[in-house]
Amino acid sequence: MSVYLQLFLEFFRTGLFAVGGGMATLPFLYDMAERTGWFTAAQLADMIAVSESTPGPIGVNMATYVGYTSAGVPGAVLASLGLVTPSLIVIMIVAAFLKAFRESKYVSAAFYGLRPASTAMVASAGVTVVLATFVTGEIAAVADLVTAIDWRYVVLAAVLLVLTRWCKATKKLHPIVFIALSAVVGVVLKF
Amino acid sequence: MRMLWELFITFAKVGVMTFGGGYAMLPILQREVVEGKGWASDEELTDYFAIGQCTPGIIAVNTATFIGQKQAGFWGGIMATLGVVFPSIVIITLLAGVIDAFSHLMWVQHAFGGIRVCVCVLIFNAVVKLWKSAVKDKWAFGIFAVVLVCSLLLDLSPVVYVLFAAVAGIVIKVLGGKKA
Repeated sequence: MSVYLQLFLEFFRTGLFAVGGGMATLPFLYDMAERTGWFTAAQLADMIAVSESTPGPIGVNMATYVGYTSAGVPGAVLASLGLVTPSLIVIMIVAAFLKAFRESKYVSAAFYGLRPASTAMVASAGVTVVLATFVTGEIAAVADLVTAIDWRYVVLAAVLLVLTRWCKATKKLHPIVFIALSAVVGVVLKF
Repeated sequence: MRMLWELFITFAKVGVMTFGGGYAMLPILQREVVEGKGWASDEELTDYFAIGQCTPGIIAVNTATFIGQKQAGFWGGIMATLGVVFPSIVIITLLAGVIDAFSHLMWVQHAFGGIRVCVCVLIFNAVVKLWKSAVKDKWAFGIFAVVLVCSLLLDLSPVVYVLFAAVAGIVIKVLGGKKA
């Protein structure tokens, strides 16, 4: 199967099963990285950062970036089209049966189950990103935990957590501000 | 024909002005679609947005498809959707090329080292936000816990969890007789 067709189908699947917006595509992208080898987990973390800091919905940006990395400009176009095709189909159908859809107890019950599952999958993908970022050395025994973790990263993460969650003056700022700040810290401290 | 072109341009504008997607898009849609074009009222927009959230796929794309479809049928939906993704394709493709060209430089690698830490925090914040709207009782927590443990330990496709969760939701809410 050509890589183009495969990209389209992979993203079609992502668009069909990712529920809850942009970040919900993350578990699918990790799964894709593992199975296809088109890109690595570390590359994916960079793509998330770029997708957050550029115009456009983050889910579409990530699809475009993954498509470009995997197969150039045609890959970027096909990945994005693959991602939105299920939306087109599903929304056209839902629009035709709007009232029935909104009042269906089966639909609302399914989403009652889907939301926590989606949350769990994004959390699990997050764990993968955290491990790939913070653990820079080999872990052979429990004692290696202290030396394998780059503690400068942990300190930066703690500061960012405070700034984005608890500090009233900064928590409403756009993520791009924190991404830029982290890039500067990375350059200065040679991360 | 003119309407289709207007849908494409309007949603391309919405795409350019949306940073991050999801709720960040709502005020921009309000300005462009409700105040600018009069294609929907505020209440209708909230409804479309809610439907965008509880259908599969990217919320921004779903909302665009819906409004386009309402305005000009099948082709309207397609043009609005292409409009919303067009800026992403152009901007990301250009940027990815530039980043590839400079990625061997040491300072670029250091910058991305810092940025990756930030991405971890952003994902954590996204999870907290999702959690608040998703995990509201012990059954929902149960689904969360099962999917989290399984996806950490097993190597299953995410599709499996999505299907499991939809079925579990229906079993708990409809067959279990709890009020949905």
